[in-house]
Amino acid sequence: MQKYLLKRFVSLLGTLLGVSILVFLMVHMIPGDPVRYIMGEYATDEAINAMKVQLGLDQPLIVQYFDFLARFIQGDLGTSLMTGITVWEEIVNRFPITFQLACYSVILGSVLGVLMGVIAAVKQNTLLDRFIIMFSLIGISAPGFWIALFLIWVFAYKLGWFPISGYEGFFSLVLPAVTLSLLSIGNIARMTRSSMLDVIKQDYMRTAEAKGAPSLSRVFSHGLQNAIIPVITLIGIQFGSLLAGAVITETVFALPGIGNFAIEAISKRDIPTVQGVVLFMAMIYTVVNLTIDIVYSFVDPRIRYE
Amino acid sequence: MNGKVTEWHVDTNPPIQLLAQEPKQVESQAYWILVWKRLSKNITAMGGLVILLLFIGGVVFASYIAPYPIDQMKFEDRLLAPSATHLLGTDDFGRDIFSRILHGGQISLMMGLISVTLATVVGITLGVIAGFYRKLDMFIMQVMDILMSFPALLLAIVIIAVLGAGLTNAMIAVAIAAIPSYVRVVRSAVLSIREKEYIEAVQALGIRDYKIISRHIIPNILSPIIVMTTLLFGESILSAAALSFLGLGAQPPAPEWGAMVFVGRTFLSQAWWMSLFPGLAIMLVVLAFNMLGDGLRDALDPKQN
Repeated sequence: MQKYLLKRFVSLLGTLLGVSILVFLMVHMIPGDPVRYIMGEYATDEAINAMKVQLGLDQPLIVQYFDFLARFIQGDLGTSLMTGITVWEEIVNRFPITFQLACYSVILGSVLGVLMGVIAAVKQNTLLDRFIIMFSLIGISAPGFWIALFLIWVFAYKLGWFPISGYEGFFSLVLPAVTLSLLSIGNIARMTRSSMLDVIKQDYMRTAEAKGAPSLSRVFSHGLQNAIIPVITLIGIQFGSLLAGAVITETVFALPGIGNFAIEAISKRDIPTVQGVVLFMAMIYTVVNLTIDIVYSFVDPRIRYE
Repeated sequence: MNGKVTEWHVDTNPPIQLLAQEPKQVESQAYWILVWKRLSKNITAMGGLVILLLFIGGVVFASYIAPYPIDQMKFEDRLLAPSATHLLGTDDFGRDIFSRILHGGQISLMMGLISVTLATVVGITLGVIAGFYRKLDMFIMQVMDILMSFPALLLAIVIIAVLGAGLTNAMIAVAIAAIPSYVRVVRSAVLSIREKEYIEAVQALGIRDYKIISRHIIPNILSPIIVMTTLLFGESILSAAALSFLGLGAQPPAPEWGAMVFVGRTFLSQAWWMSLFPGLAIMLVVLAFNMLGDGLRDALDPKQN
């Protein structure tokens, strides 16, 4: 186990190093001169060059990369050109919103998804099963921005139950969480259903039935307990990608989370912010995925020997 | 398959010639017939196929079917609700939405087609190389791991930031973001058949690698590739539409569906149909691909034999 963990950790470091190089290179290829952006149209060339020297932008790319890496390791992501606040502070301010949103969507998605998946599997080939299959398919096929738009229109604009946009506490997160959970419900219900169907065929399920276990206990303690492992992995993956910023949903609802911040930074050519936020999002995503893998390898030891 | 085999035994052709060439062909034909038979019994998959064919037909023949030209503006017809004259209503310039959706489908479906083609070609190539030549495996998979460290849409958005907004760049970005999962699927399929005896046999015969790959490997990993490609189509259309909605892909006034939803959002309270119908079109097409993809997965699953 320790060997496996060490191996995964080393490969994680390698991947993160690669990610930092990729982010650095991509961000530096973004066209437009960030210095000219900060100093405004009327800045003289001398002033711009002086600023570049001050920011270290006159150095060769490789020197700039190692400088960036060294500061990154020390927790310094630079300062946002848009707000003048450090990028790290911006992330700390905005991440709680993204985190809450991810939690609510995953809770809603897992509860409803698992429930629907179990019902569909138990009632296989009935009308209810077909309805759940279709609902899940629609959930994974509908564009999130479109769903969001109509949720806002009906529940915020027409009925006035929720704020239309921006962040004013819990109620602002309800509609975004519903939007995001539709996709999760679809994915989780489909996975639960097929995993449950595999389990239902097993001998131990017949044994449970033969020994007269009540049907609810059969479904939940014999069936779901065995069927849930791949579902938990899927839930983890969904959580990871939500934590990395539900970019579109945050934009449509104008929520000040990190996804929205990344888009804003990209459109304003705020290089340090783009660099820091994108790297942060990729790191979260990678670390969450690694955690899922490790948890999974505890549950299913065969994985470690692959 | 059984039916087919007895059929050619009854054939009047000389049996020796048959044994020399025919059997292989008959068998592979029968396999796809079998798959089709299984698929055609699947109501969901057939439903998806019908929706898809209707959309493709409507989009390809848009200039014949569409009742109005895409950019015919009429001030007095602004923001008309759906009616007999304008099936899906009109937009803020008095343009017919039904006609624009048909024409816009050419952009939306083409974005899907081109990015999937790009991802398929690169994904299969890299996946086969990684699975077949183990020396390059480490390197390729490391690069894929790095690409997979980004949520797909974020990667696409950053790539567009580098390349600039627009239709072509959006397609490239969607394709690049889709490549890693492709490579993974193809690679693991190649790995699972690489150690099979028949591959060892053709290698022992001294057959060149490219021939082994094209004649023996690719045909045997076709099933996961077909399923993956079908599902990826839906996903790519969805991502491309999302990018256009963010203003990073197709630009209004182009009648691309995501861009139409975006334009319509300002008129939601006066003309809900401006956003509703283009979004519905995206959902139906993606749904159709997912329905078909699910059906194909079941039909191509050897366990069902």
